[in-house]
Amino acid sequence: MKIAVYGPGCANCQNLEKNTKEAVKEIGADAEITQIQEIDQILEAGIIATPGLAIDGEIKSMGRVPSVEEIKKWIKAKM
Amino acid sequence: MVPDILQEAVNYLTYVLMGLDPASPLGSAVNFFIYDTIKILILLTVIIFAIAFFRSYISPLKVRKALGKRNEYIGNVIAALIGIITPFCSCSAVPLFIGFVESGVPLGVTFSFLIASPMINEVAIILLGGLVGWQITAIYIISGLFIAIIAGIIIGKLKLEGEVESYVYEMIEKIKAAEASGMTLEEDRQTLKERALSSRDYTIDLLKRITPYVIIAIGIGAIIHGYVPTDFLVTYVGANNPLAVPLAVLIGVPLYSNAAGIIPLVAVLIDKGIPLGTALAFMMAVTALSLPEMIILRKVLKPKLLAIFIATLAVSITAIGYLFNAIT
Repeated sequence: MKIAVYGPGCANCQNLEKNTKEAVKEIGADAEITQIQEIDQILEAGIIATPGLAIDGEIKSMGRVPSVEEIKKWIKAKM
Repeated sequence: MVPDILQEAVNYLTYVLMGLDPASPLGSAVNFFIYDTIKILILLTVIIFAIAFFRSYISPLKVRKALGKRNEYIGNVIAALIGIITPFCSCSAVPLFIGFVESGVPLGVTFSFLIASPMINEVAIILLGGLVGWQITAIYIISGLFIAIIAGIIIGKLKLEGEVESYVYEMIEKIKAAEASGMTLEEDRQTLKERALSSRDYTIDLLKRITPYVIIAIGIGAIIHGYVPTDFLVTYVGANNPLAVPLAVLIGVPLYSNAAGIIPLVAVLIDKGIPLGTALAFMMAVTALSLPEMIILRKVLKPKLLAIFIATLAVSITAIGYLFNAIT
C-alpha cells in the first residue's frame, strides 16, 4: 500500500505525517509512506489545500489533519 | 458571569494571598497578567474547538465550488465571509490560489478571500473580544470584511488576469490532466465522532503553538499596563499626530505575527490611550500583510499585481484608520 502525505512542510503537514505513521504502526500495515513537498507535484495529485492525504492514489483528505483513528479506518478499508 | 468570578478569584490571589497592593504598579501588572492569561486560554480552548468542529463541514472543495459559480460583488462578499472561518496556513496560499483560478473563481473574489482569511479569524476575534471589548471587536470584523470586499472588487475591476504568473496556468493544465485521467476530486465523509476527534487534536495543537506567544504578549502588556504612564504613548502617537496612521501601517506591513502575538499588545495600546483607528490600522496591517506571505504569493502573481495588491490593502487600511480616528 502506498500512502502519500502532501504538504510543503508546515506544522499541519508535520502533524498529518505523524498521525499517518502512528496509524500505520498501530495497525501494523505494510505501507510505504512518502512525503511530497513540491507544490507542482501536490497540485498534479489534485490537492488544492494542504495538508493532503492519498492512499493508493485515492485522495482521502485535504486542508485538514485527520485523526489517527480516521486514517486507520482508511488503511483498513484498503487491506 | 464567568469572568467576574474569575476576576474576584484573581483579586483574592494577588491582593490577599500574595499581599500585593492593588494601587501599586506591580500589583496591577501581576493581577492583569494572571487574570488575562486564564481568561484568554479558557476562551481560546472553547472557541477554537467549536469553530474547528463547525469548519469540518466546510471543505476547500466546497468553498471552491461555491465561489466558482458566483459573479463579482456577491462573490466578494461570500469569499470574505468564508475567509473568516477558513484557517489559512500561509503554505496553502499557492495551491488554494491555483485551485480557485482553475474552478473559475474570479480574480477579485479570490483576493477577497486571501485578504479576509488571515486578518479575521477565531483567534483574533476571541483575543480582541476578551482583551479589548466586544464593541471594538465588532468594528474590527466589519471594517476588515469591508476592506476585503472593496479591495477584492477593485482588483477585479482592474482586469489583471494577465498579471498572474504563467506558472498558475501550467499547473491548471496539470490538474485538468489529472482529472481527465480518472482522478476524482473527492474527500471522504467524516462521522460526527471523527469530526469531534479531529477538532480536539486541532485545538490541542493550535493551543500548544500559540500559548507561548499569547503569554509573552500578555506579559509585555502587563508591564506596560502597570508601569508605562498613559500620557507617554499619547504624546507621541496620539490623535494630534496626523502621520500616526500611515506610520502604523508602514511599521505593521513587514512585521510578521499572527493575531495571537499582536492583539494582546494592541489591547494595551488602546488601554493606554492610542486612538482606536491607529490601533486598528496597525493590527490589520500586521495580520493581513506580511513579508513571508508576499514571498509565497510572488510565485503566482507577477510583480505588478503583487504591488497593486499590497498598495490597495495598505491604502484601504489607512483609510479605515483615519475614519475611526475621526469618529471616535
